[in-house]
Amino acid sequence: MTRRPAARHLLPAALRHLVLGLGAVIMLAPFVWMVSTSLKPAAEIFLDHIRLWPHQLAAAENYTTAVTRVPLLRFMLNGLIVTVTIFVIQVAVALPAAYALAKLRFRGRGLIFGAILFCLLIPPHAIAVPVFLLFHQLGILNSYAAMVVPFTISVFGIFLMRQFFLTVPDDLIDAARMDGYGEFAIVWRVMLPTAIPAITAFGIFSIVAHWNDYFWPLIVVNDQHLLTPPLGVVAFRNQEAGSDFGPLMAAATLIIAPLVIAFLFAQRRFIEGITLTGMK
Amino acid sequence: MSDQALHLSAAGPAPRSRAAARADRLRAMTAWALSAPAVILMALLLIGPVIGVVALSLTDYQLGAATLSYIGLDNYAEMFGDRVFHTALINTLLYVAVVVPGSVFLGLGIALLIESGTSGRALYRAIYFLPVMATLIAMAIVWEFMLHPQFGLINLALGRIGIPAQNWLTDGDLALWVLAAIGIWQAVGFNMVLFMAGLVSIPRFLYDAAEMDGVPGAWARFRLVTWPMLGPVTLFVVVITSIRSFQVFDTVHVLTKGGPNKATEVLLYTMYAEGFEFFRSGYAAAVTVVFLGFVLALTLVKIGVLDRKVHYS
Repeated sequence: MTRRPAARHLLPAALRHLVLGLGAVIMLAPFVWMVSTSLKPAAEIFLDHIRLWPHQLAAAENYTTAVTRVPLLRFMLNGLIVTVTIFVIQVAVALPAAYALAKLRFRGRGLIFGAILFCLLIPPHAIAVPVFLLFHQLGILNSYAAMVVPFTISVFGIFLMRQFFLTVPDDLIDAARMDGYGEFAIVWRVMLPTAIPAITAFGIFSIVAHWNDYFWPLIVVNDQHLLTPPLGVVAFRNQEAGSDFGPLMAAATLIIAPLVIAFLFAQRRFIEGITLTGMK
Repeated sequence: MSDQALHLSAAGPAPRSRAAARADRLRAMTAWALSAPAVILMALLLIGPVIGVVALSLTDYQLGAATLSYIGLDNYAEMFGDRVFHTALINTLLYVAVVVPGSVFLGLGIALLIESGTSGRALYRAIYFLPVMATLIAMAIVWEFMLHPQFGLINLALGRIGIPAQNWLTDGDLALWVLAAIGIWQAVGFNMVLFMAGLVSIPRFLYDAAEMDGVPGAWARFRLVTWPMLGPVTLFVVVITSIRSFQVFDTVHVLTKGGPNKATEVLLYTMYAEGFEFFRSGYAAAVTVVFLGFVLALTLVKIGVLDRKVHYS
C-alpha cells in the first residue's frame, strides 16, 4: 500500500529528468563543444569520430593564439569601455528625468511622458540609416563616440525608473526638502540610493544588450583598434578563413566568458533583471 | 500664536499666492532642467531620426552624392517590384512563423516540466537560460563549426545513426531552417522564464479547488486551470518573440550573408546591404519603413496585451 504511490511518483519523476536532461544536452552542446575544441590540437579537431576530452591538451597554444593573433584583449577592453560608458550615461540622463516625471507636477509633463511612450516603440535598427548619416556629417564615425552616443538615451530606463519612483513614498522627499535639500541633491543623494534595485536590473539588461550587440558597431566601426568583442571574434574567423578552429573556439570562449561567469554567480538576479527589463 | 494668525490675515491672500506662484514656477523650471538632457537626446537621437527615415525614403539620396531630390514613392515602387525584397519579406515571415511557435511551445513545455518537480530546478533553469546570455555572434560561429559538412559535430553524430552528411548552411533548402533552429535554441530560455513567472502567479487555491471538484489527472488540471490562467502571458510571449524574430540579423550576417542564392535573405539584411554596403540610403530607408511598420504593429498589439495583463492581475 505504501509502496504503490511512491512507485507512481517515481516514474513521472524519472521521465521528467530524462526529458529535461536530453533537452539540457542539446542546449549545452555548443558550449561543451566550443570549450572542448578550444583545448584540442589541430590534429584532434579533424577526427572522424567524436571525442570530448583530447589526448593531447593544446589549451595553452590555442588561448595564446587567440589573444595574440588579433588583439582580443583589446577588443574586450573596448567592450568594457563601451558598455560601462553607455550604462553610466544612461543612468545619469534617465534618473533625473524619471524623478521629475514621477514626483514633480509641471506643465509639459504629460507631453514628455507621451514622447517617452512613443519612443519605446522604436526599434534600434529603425533609426540606423539617419543616425549613420548624421554621424557621417559630424565626422564621428569610427570612434567610441559613434558606438556610445546613440544609446545615451534609454527611454526604457526612464520608464522603468519612473515606475519605481512612483512606489517611493512622498514623505521621504518632503523630509529631504525639510532638511534643506534642493531638487538636484534629492535626485543624487536620496533617489539614487533608493533606486539601486531598479538600477541593478536595468544595468544587467543594458550591459548584456550592449556587450552582445553586433549590428550597430558593425555599421559605425571598422578600425581594428575599436572593434568590440562580437566584431573581434568575427574578424578573427575571417582572418583564419575558417581553418584554425582551436584558437577560434578559444576566442569565442573568452568573449562569452565574462557574462556567462557573472550569470552563473548571480543567476537569480540576472533572470529577474532580464525578465523585468527585457520586456521591451 | 494669535500674533502669527494676525500677521497672516494682515498680509492677505494676494502676496501669498504670488509667492506660491513663484515657487510653482521655480519647481517647473527645476523639473524641466532635470528632464532637459533626456528630452534633448530623445529629440535628436530617436524622434528626429524616425522622421528622418520616413523623409529619406522619399528621396534618391546615396551616401557621397552631392545632391538629393524628392522622388515620392519611387523607392517603394522599386522595392515592391524587386524580387530580392519579395524573397526577404517571405523569408522573414517564414523565420518568424517557425521560431515563434517553436520557442513558445518548447519554452512552455520546459517551464511546466521544471516546475512539476522540485529536484534540479535551479540547475535546469540555468542551463536552458544560458544561450540567452551568451553573445549570439560567438555562438553563431560555434554553430557554424558544429555544422561543418566534414568534421562538424552534427554530421558526425548523424552519421552514427546512418543519416548522410548535409551541407547545412550552403544548401538552399536547408539554410533558413538551420538559422531558425539556432533562433529557437537562443530564444527558448527567455520564453521559459516568462512562463515560469506566469506559473508562479497562478493562485494555489485554484488547483485545490480543482482537486476538490474531482478533476482527474495532470492533463485535465493543465487544460482547466493552468492553460487558461497562462493565456495573457502566452499572448505576451508570442508577441514579444515575434518582435525579436523580426529583427533577425546577426546569424544571417555571419553564417550565410543572405545566401545561398538569397535563401536566407531577410528584411534587416536587405536594409543593411542596401544602406551600408551599397550606400543607397534612400532605398534602405524605404526598406526600414516597411520593417518599422511590422514591428510597430506588433508593439501596438503588445501594448494591448500588456494593458489586459494589468487589468487581469
